[in-house]
Amino acid sequence: MINYNLTYHRFSERAILVQWPPEISEAVLKDVLSFKNRLLDHGVKQIIEVNHAYQSLLVIYHNTIDNLNSAVSALKEQYEQRVEVNKERQQLWKIPVCYHADFGLDLAEISEGKQLPIPELIQRHCQAIYTVYFIGFLPGFLYLGGLDEALHMPRKKRPRAAIKKGAVAIGGSQTGIYPNASPAGWQLIGNCPLQLFDATQNPPCFAKAGDKVQCYEIDLKTHQAISKAVEQGTYHLKSEVFYD
Amino acid sequence: MIEILKLGLYDSIQDLGRKGVQQFGVPHSGAMDAYSAKMANLILDNAMDAAVLEFTMLGPTLKCLKDTVICLSGAESGPKINERPVEQHKALSFKSGDVLHIGPCLNGARGYLAIAGGFRTETVLGSRSQYANITAAFKLQKGDRLPINQNVQEKASNRALIKLPPEHFNTQTLTVFPGPEFSRLSKTQAETLMSQSYSVSKDSNRMAYQLNETLENELQSCITSLVLPGTVQLTPSGQLVILMRDCQTTGGYPRVLQLSEQAIDRLSQKKIGDQFRLKWMGK
Repeated sequence: MINYNLTYHRFSERAILVQWPPEISEAVLKDVLSFKNRLLDHGVKQIIEVNHAYQSLLVIYHNTIDNLNSAVSALKEQYEQRVEVNKERQQLWKIPVCYHADFGLDLAEISEGKQLPIPELIQRHCQAIYTVYFIGFLPGFLYLGGLDEALHMPRKKRPRAAIKKGAVAIGGSQTGIYPNASPAGWQLIGNCPLQLFDATQNPPCFAKAGDKVQCYEIDLKTHQAISKAVEQGTYHLKSEVFYD
Repeated sequence: MIEILKLGLYDSIQDLGRKGVQQFGVPHSGAMDAYSAKMANLILDNAMDAAVLEFTMLGPTLKCLKDTVICLSGAESGPKINERPVEQHKALSFKSGDVLHIGPCLNGARGYLAIAGGFRTETVLGSRSQYANITAAFKLQKGDRLPINQNVQEKASNRALIKLPPEHFNTQTLTVFPGPEFSRLSKTQAETLMSQSYSVSKDSNRMAYQLNETLENELQSCITSLVLPGTVQLTPSGQLVILMRDCQTTGGYPRVLQLSEQAIDRLSQKKIGDQFRLKWMGK
């Protein structure tokens, strides 16, 4: 296990931000999650919440931090004692995506710009196995890593004021699924009929950081059928155990 | 039960927000001025995190459907019960059939109506705070009937009137911590950031306050990282954006400062055009 050179920054009265070197990689993600799990499993006194992003961890305390040095020392000690996250068993979620032109509003443009036929774009989008880095931006929005380089696309010059719930899109080197209707600057390639965020459930998201995601193509009819089943609560999401 | 007869400018139910669900991208939410909301609950002997009604700039008109006790806190808003002026920061008897009229906020931007036992609207992910796509509605609507937690002693206490310190509303200084990217600013930028005077722009709401003044900026955006209410972001165009209670959980703009918790409460009381300066926490 690599020991990264971490920085500790007092973020507010009750929060400390831990940062890894500025890189997006699975190795860093695993180390972030190992540290996070250590803090959550070994109930460090006063810590009430630990959140993470690509290469950062935000530790929130119950009360104002009186002694920053001792709080940081306690965190460093926990970092030394972290255990590598189990890398053998991971959840692989199989996500249905309809790439029909009704949803994939930007597919034709991408195809032309990239000189790649639409079926190949779809095939490449479905071939990749994405890693869930964290959830942010909107409730239930998964930050996915692992998009095929051939599919990297700059964001739209003019963002759309509103896109449909479930929109599947590409923005730069990232791909994602919009859990709810929202304004969006990403390129639209399809739509996913699943409920990515359900506030009535706890946890409200089926996927978690470190999980894997793979898309598979469905037609319009199947999209409608799955939407209906999801609405009625009868749809069972497919997942497999994934070995690294 | 309390019925909304007439809406104010922006009325919503808020408590102290959602905890432990930011890892799912769920905003914190909660009362913008948590201090005033807590004071209202304190006066009624409620739990500190009991749900209150938050109004912005102009308050709503409400009708009581069952005898209870209420307290108004936050900005002065000229409240009247059945056309008779009543005091704020004091437990008031609110009888079935009474009509409470709340006027415009005078010395601040936000007011709070607490009720004995607290409002008992839907709880989603551990909080009653309204937010789009989390609760059924993101704000209150005319005709809404708000249930109340019963089983509380419903009598107006004779407790002395509590006064909120005037500086909570009229201070022109907000305390801040250096943000994670503060050290990436040049010496001149850092000095300008901390010495210039700021004013609240019209693009300010529960998600963020934008400032009219800018800061010349050459910093690149960073890898998406974590933010909190009170985080001050510097955008590529030099705009300063102060994230507030309903902000997203992550962001990629450099985080140059972080407001203290008291400063978030006090900024929540600032109106469009109100001016303030920044000073370091503990100095």
